[in-house]
Amino acid sequence: MQDAVLAMLAKEPAHGYHLRVRLRQSLGPLGESMNPGQIYVTLARLEKAGLVVCERAEGLPERPERKVYALTPAGQQRVAAWLAEVGWPKPDLAEFHLKLVAAAAARLADPVELVAAQRRELLRRLREAQRAALAEPAGSGAGLLLEGVVLRLQADLRWLAACERAWSEVDHEVEGG
Amino acid sequence: MNVSGGVVRARGLVKDHGQGQSRVRAVDEVDLEVPQGQMLAVMGPSGCGKSTLLHLLGGLERPTDGEVWVAGRRIDTLSERALARLRRRSVGFVFQAFHLVAELSAAENVELPVLLAGRSRREARRRAGLLLDRVGLADRARHLPSQLSGGQRQRIAIARALANDPLVVLADEPTGNLDTAATLDVLRIFEDLRSAGQTLVIVTHDERVAATADRLISMRDGLFVDDTRLAGSHTGGLGGLIGLEG
Repeated sequence: MQDAVLAMLAKEPAHGYHLRVRLRQSLGPLGESMNPGQIYVTLARLEKAGLVVCERAEGLPERPERKVYALTPAGQQRVAAWLAEVGWPKPDLAEFHLKLVAAAAARLADPVELVAAQRRELLRRLREAQRAALAEPAGSGAGLLLEGVVLRLQADLRWLAACERAWSEVDHEVEGG
Repeated sequence: MNVSGGVVRARGLVKDHGQGQSRVRAVDEVDLEVPQGQMLAVMGPSGCGKSTLLHLLGGLERPTDGEVWVAGRRIDTLSERALARLRRRSVGFVFQAFHLVAELSAAENVELPVLLAGRSRREARRRAGLLLDRVGLADRARHLPSQLSGGQRQRIAIARALANDPLVVLADEPTGNLDTAATLDVLRIFEDLRSAGQTLVIVTHDERVAATADRLISMRDGLFVDDTRLAGSHTGGLGGLIGLEG
């Protein structure tokens, strides 16, 4: 969540209120269960960590949703590191989805390239899990566990293929228009 | 046989299907080199040109432009006759729909390409026995394809592809018609071939099949959009896969 909020500020400084709207848009019905105050709690933590600074908008009453938040240099570094990070130990689909949205919005990285990097990493894991599974004798308990790992990785890879298609089309539309 | 510069090579490979307005470029100027002993998987959405690429590499289709080399020999300029001979001796094909001869037994299907290559009946029987054993179907030698399951038929087809000890095996969606258990049987055979140093090119839409390869090429609209080495480790060990690490 912290990383996703930071990345949304990469394009330009924004009101807390706008960040909340954009997050809701990106997550659709999945974002509905989000506590409305959550983004402000996250922003306060990020400010405390020195990753964002906040300015009060001129002539407006001091309320958290009226404050404008901007990335500090440390915050920018953290966003770049997050975008480049490839990992899938505990699949967090929403985080990866928001990473693609933020990367495209701020033009910090090519979403298609982020998907490709993630896909390569997952395929290497699938290869390893599969070879271990094939080496297990029939009926082994470890084989059954490895089969579960293989099936989950396969599902994740299919979703990445869908991401790749969708974001490639966005690219074509931008080029065409 | 050691072939420097790759068992299979392609340069500037182009294939157009159709004529005039309806012309579609299936393969769009690709370069490829498959070294001896490599297992290469090619993935991509339907219509991306991956099957056409495989046909070009195996001399089943001729390119519109560019060059194809198999075992150091240029094949796109060969006569039909010479091309047929090369396909019989140097290339093994595995298809999604198996393409076994329905009237012949499992063993006879494997013997056929050995006989067509001009070898003796005895040699053909010897090869078939060896290869059926290798794919775990020695006890099905006398069965007709119709008496075998899909997975068994595909294993016979793999044995047939290996009949003349080809330099390269080209497989087009080899698990496309198979269930999970039969897919695993085929993957075990590929894994066995890979460790024996057989060069393999597999076109597939199944991530599981692709993940057995050493290298994965992704195709889109006739182009290679990614070329990844899968061999070598990912970030974190096997325990990381189930969250035991990190």
